Amino acid sequence: MSTLEVDNVSLSFGGVNALNAVSVTVEAGGITALIGPNGAGKTSLFNAVSGFYRPQAGRVLFEGRDISALRCPQRAALGIGRTFQNIALFRGMTVLDNVKLGAHVRTRTGLFSALWYLGRARREETQIREQIEREVFDFLEIDHIRRHPVAALPYGLQKRVELARALAMRPRLLLLDEPVAGMNREEKEDMARFILDVKEQWGVTILMVEHDMGMVMDISDQVYVLNFGQVIASGRPETVQANPEVIEAYLGTDDMTTLRRRLRGESEAA
Amino acid sequence: MRIGSPKETYAADEALFRTRTQWAWFGVLLAALAGFPFVANLYWLYLVCLVSINVIAVTGLNVLTGYTGQVSLGQAAFMGVGAYTVAWLENHTGSPFPVNLLAGSVVATGVGLIAGLPSLRVKGLYLAIATIAASFILLFIFKNWESVTNGTRGIGIEPPSAFGVALENPDTFYWLVVPVTVVMLLLASNLFRTRIGRAFIAIRDRDISASVLGIDLPRYKLMSFGISAFYAGMAGGLYAYFFGSINPESFPLLMSIFLLAAVIVGGMGSMLGSILGGIFMTLVPELLRYGIDFLGLFMENASAVLSPVRTVVFGLLIVGFLLFEPLGLAEIWRRIRRFFHLWPFRT
Repeated sequence: MSTLEVDNVSLSFGGVNALNAVSVTVEAGGITALIGPNGAGKTSLFNAVSGFYRPQAGRVLFEGRDISALRCPQRAALGIGRTFQNIALFRGMTVLDNVKLGAHVRTRTGLFSALWYLGRARREETQIREQIEREVFDFLEIDHIRRHPVAALPYGLQKRVELARALAMRPRLLLLDEPVAGMNREEKEDMARFILDVKEQWGVTILMVEHDMGMVMDISDQVYVLNFGQVIASGRPETVQANPEVIEAYLGTDDMTTLRRRLRGESEAA
Repeated sequence: MRIGSPKETYAADEALFRTRTQWAWFGVLLAALAGFPFVANLYWLYLVCLVSINVIAVTGLNVLTGYTGQVSLGQAAFMGVGAYTVAWLENHTGSPFPVNLLAGSVVATGVGLIAGLPSLRVKGLYLAIATIAASFILLFIFKNWESVTNGTRGIGIEPPSAFGVALENPDTFYWLVVPVTVVMLLLASNLFRTRIGRAFIAIRDRDISASVLGIDLPRYKLMSFGISAFYAGMAGGLYAYFFGSINPESFPLLMSIFLLAAVIVGGMGSMLGSILGGIFMTLVPELLRYGIDFLGLFMENASAVLSPVRTVVFGLLIVGFLLFEPLGLAEIWRRIRRFFHLWPFRT
């Protein structure tokens, strides 16, 4: 069964059609990549899935259930975790508090218990702390920075903390918005390994937006290509890679020979 | 220098005071507070009572503005709601004072929740204006709902009595207001060890991603307004008992600004900041008055010449904090602590 089904979703802002009858199916337990040039509508699709945008048409189904009418927090409670393109950590908190916040939807402590820090508050806080240490910090190798304020961390670690925060939710579907953007090769390799481990050890279904083609082709099971708000190709990574329409969207209309000829012509003119 | 504070359980690592030293200092503080009335004179006790009341109100505002990021200029009006509720209950039902204080806080909470409704749509300066509007409406009600508030003439309130002792002077009132303040501060500190406090901070730092992570923004914003108004109501009730009379002039908009300034000077998003801010804003005007009295020894009619200067100096001090120490007094304290972390080994 598919974990997520985006069914004919259309989204427009004023006169701009960000998404035009987009259908995407994310198979359970796999990594689905969403690629396309800037402004193709990838992040808009993410926002439609996590509930931040309300599409004008179409439905979003999560594990067979229509979630189009649910608000962001309700969708999070169902198990849709997410990281953001530009790091969206809470800068006033430590790494530990940021990650604990990810577990918000899994806890129930009420105001009264929280004020006195008795009963449920004490029990739940200890419990999620233990879970985070065991499952998340050990796994992502960030236990040494748990008390650091996030604002002081290097970029690569911040990205990893953001992944940790999403994992603390114990999501069933994880949306990763450019998980390796701006990283060096070593950090990219680490992150790719973490993503594969999340898929295999945690059994989490992953939908990711990524511009790094090497990574997309290496780790994803399924690739969707968006351009101008429409799906122009989809399938196994190798099939998509060879698709002429995809090459056209990424490199422009001319084929390589005309491109070369034009370059030569310009250099002769110069 | 702080070294080795090993923990065997995560519960121990989650404690409010994580080291023995912190517990020891907390004990010293409590002992000092308990011993203070036996060594200080009435004037100093009066000041401590006033500081405590302000600290409660500032703590509430810090939860809302410092931690949740919702600017409010209605805190003094919410204090008024608490104060008038206490006064009415005291004069009409004669219920015991703890009941009155709690009732005052609860009524203030209700009013705070309503005043917080605009925060669901607007933030920043717009919200500040909306809370000013709430403040003016409440002041209008204090002035014109004659049958309850007695209008501009105000209401007198009998001092509360506990165990047969009337708590009418600072030396007895101290035993009511200081314990209440300590408890209120501990409650607020606990809040920020749990999911609710984290949700507040998340809303302040990035409300959209907080929502995507499962935080129900309207619910938590209103909760923060409610908590803030609860603290204001408690502070207002204590204010009414402490001064023995209230009128609409007791809770002007200026006082809300004063409380907001205390939050900023003390340190936004820090419990220590609430305490230091409350102390600073209450005591510095007094200290400046002392300074002028002292100058009066060397200068003829110094008080007449320098009294206006006192206000100017106070204002300049606040501006100075905004410019040179935007994180407030709490940051100065943190810096001192960082220095002693490595002391006596310098790096």
